[in-house]
Amino acid sequence: MHIPDGYIGLETAVPFLGAMIPIWRKALQKIKTTLKRKHIPVLSIGAAFSFTIMMFNVPLPGGSSGHAVGAVLLAILLGPWAACIGVSLALIIQALIFGDGGIWAIGANCFNMAFAMPFIGYYTYKLLKGNAEHFSKRAVFAAAAAGYIGLNAAALLTAVEFGIQPLLFKAADGTPLYAPHPLWVAVPVMMFEHLLIAGPIEGAVTALAYLYIGKTNPELLGVKGQKNIGSQMKEGAAV
Amino acid sequence: MMKKYKNLWIALGVLVLLTPLGMLATGTAWGEWGAEELLEMIGFMPKGMEKLSNSWTLAPLPDYSLSALSNGFSQEAAGYILSAIIGVLVTVAVIQIIGKFIPAEQEGANE
Repeated sequence: MHIPDGYIGLETAVPFLGAMIPIWRKALQKIKTTLKRKHIPVLSIGAAFSFTIMMFNVPLPGGSSGHAVGAVLLAILLGPWAACIGVSLALIIQALIFGDGGIWAIGANCFNMAFAMPFIGYYTYKLLKGNAEHFSKRAVFAAAAAGYIGLNAAALLTAVEFGIQPLLFKAADGTPLYAPHPLWVAVPVMMFEHLLIAGPIEGAVTALAYLYIGKTNPELLGVKGQKNIGSQMKEGAAV
Repeated sequence: MMKKYKNLWIALGVLVLLTPLGMLATGTAWGEWGAEELLEMIGFMPKGMEKLSNSWTLAPLPDYSLSALSNGFSQEAAGYILSAIIGVLVTVAVIQIIGKFIPAEQEGANE
């Protein structure tokens, strides 16, 4: 889902960069006012998790590949604004150091995966969880569904950004200037892959990591009293 | 910083070591083809794409690989893991810097 340079024109890439600048500014402000110092290690681990999970390419139907992003997990743990910073950082490092995703396309890629995805995922989680407790069965289901929906939202945005290129930008001889596949090709292909395979993987990754945090660090979501499995087992043995 | 979140750091470390699993999917992600792949697919190189596609050639570790480690799967896997380690270290370092701007008095305010 990392749009490379050249697949979207500057006419598309630059406005997305322009849109991300106030979003990043607001996100940094939000971090400054709502996060605590003690949350910084969690944001570090979360951003690094997002970076790493994106390296796990899985084969998709049609011979292509895709990967989870982790943005919804970060949003559930730290809020969507912190998730925006964490995933943006991962994407920028991927572009600058590893050539994964274009430089001009950083704005669009961050908009899709670091803005739309964590926000849509975060509110999906809140909506589906309702009044249920964090780490309850219903909350785990909400986390999985939020991951699924968040990733597919990002995939749909990416597909639309690809798909409008040949409709809007043509060379003098009528050939496409940038990405060659129109909306009616880009959207079905991308959505088929992500609705069917990549989305369920994102959902599973989100729910599993969420469950793991429920065991090791439930205090991150303000859940007290639960101890990690290790100490529970020790206590059990002592009894 | 380390102790409280020890289990999370461990999980991240395990993930980093497992990253070579991500190399097994050899297909290119849809819409991220290289020039030759695209040429084969549609028969021409879009003119605008030609101009923009090499906007950034300074990536030191393109495709999460080290040029010194390109001989066979195990070397490439080592390069992939090293890339993950480098990516994780840079990510953590930048977040630490951002964290310096969070006022210390907020620390534990709600504990």
